[in-house]
Amino acid sequence: MHSLLQSIALFLIPWEFSPTVLLLCAGSVLLYVRGLRHASGEATSPGFWRIAAFFVGLTSIYAFLQTHLDYLSQHMFWIHRLQHLVLHHAGPFLIALAAPLEIMALGTPRWLRRGLFAPVFNNPLTLRLYRLLQHPVVAPLLFTGLIGFWLIPSVHFKAMLSLARYDVMNWSMLIDGLLFWWLIVGPEKHTGLKPLGYGTRIIMLWAIMLPQIAIGAYIALSSTILYTSYSVCGRAWPIAPMTDQDIGGLITWIPAAMMSAVGALVVLRRWRNDSHSERARQSSLGMEVQ
Amino acid sequence: MSLRNPVARTRIFLAAAFCAFAALLSGCSQDKTWDLDNITGIVSPLAFSLTDDTGRHVTAETYRGRIVMLYFGYTHCPDVCPTTLATLSQALSKLGAAADKVRILFVTVDPQRDTPPLLKRYTEAFGPEFIGLRTDDPALRQLAKRYRVTYSLGKPDAHGNYEATHSSAVFIFDGKGKARLMAESSSSAAAIAHDVQQLIGGA
Repeated sequence: MHSLLQSIALFLIPWEFSPTVLLLCAGSVLLYVRGLRHASGEATSPGFWRIAAFFVGLTSIYAFLQTHLDYLSQHMFWIHRLQHLVLHHAGPFLIALAAPLEIMALGTPRWLRRGLFAPVFNNPLTLRLYRLLQHPVVAPLLFTGLIGFWLIPSVHFKAMLSLARYDVMNWSMLIDGLLFWWLIVGPEKHTGLKPLGYGTRIIMLWAIMLPQIAIGAYIALSSTILYTSYSVCGRAWPIAPMTDQDIGGLITWIPAAMMSAVGALVVLRRWRNDSHSERARQSSLGMEVQ
Repeated sequence: MSLRNPVARTRIFLAAAFCAFAALLSGCSQDKTWDLDNITGIVSPLAFSLTDDTGRHVTAETYRGRIVMLYFGYTHCPDVCPTTLATLSQALSKLGAAADKVRILFVTVDPQRDTPPLLKRYTEAFGPEFIGLRTDDPALRQLAKRYRVTYSLGKPDAHGNYEATHSSAVFIFDGKGKARLMAESSSSAAAIAHDVQQLIGGA
């Protein structure tokens, strides 16, 4: 019993403690819970699944940044790929589905909104940058470009040897993941942009899928060790380097690319619902004319 | 093409972004000055507080002014450690008298079995420039973390013998304690001697 508690504690203690991650995660939860209290019983209150998506998404991101999973990600290539699958795909996807900003805004104290959020988010520079990053051509290029960039063997090697570079890598993946999935499956309102057409979104999802398949397959089918830092710095536990690389390649290849299919299902469902309500609206208009 | 035109502006921006990306990529290409991996500005500078194989307390300051090679291993290591240390020993012999400007610090990841006398006997066998260093778990873990490396000890067999996993990197620091190069177990003695010679020469 004692040793079990000890191993749980060892797992939960951050490997590299980051005040930024703690502050952002705890702050988001606090604002969200306050907002939920405000919204309870009202029409804006999200259902169980949206609330669950928010917490599962946020917890999984926190876990891969601030528990023993972070240590394992630094010393095992395939766990590193799993880390990026969560930071760049699954976690942000769930958060975007939960669309928590409206609720969080309800829970934001006025001083924080006036003092920090409004000046930062309404700043013309922020808006211009946001519009650029969310451009339907730029966003998929950035999404796949970042995956490719950090997987260039020499870039990857240095990222694994320097804590600063490692942090830049993980933050860039997380922020880009949030931006991309927000654009694809986020709420239709409050994006600060005209929502993208459903067809455009499907094309974007397809556009990010092909490069990921290519990169993942290249890694999984490569007959040489591409990422030497794991051998040089020591692996978390003994495993054949080739097996490690094969699994890592497969994670980049299949589940990461599959996220596009999951995203497309969500988009198609909304497309259908929208055209249904559009038709319903048109037919009710027709009734009025008669 | 007016800058007020948003399409033109976007085009100029994309062209600039592409050039920046290309410049970044070309900056990552291998430099020809060094045979080993250049880790300047990437790996943390030399800093530690350990006990050497004569029981003396030592820090990075102790070795200031010398080229330091830092390696994590253990004396019961069946293959990687002896071959790496032998390669380093060969590289030093290529350096001749200049070898005295170099110290090889062998930090044991198995302090339980690697007592100071055992460490001393082991490192002396490779040459006078080899020094065994040790510390206990929390401090050792912190030191390994500083250099982004890991180690683990296996389960003991019936005779109490066990193997350890550890990093195969040799971190090379200049006389000011700045991380400069990284050798691996596969690096050749000639490459190491060539690069260390350059470091001694003030490169």
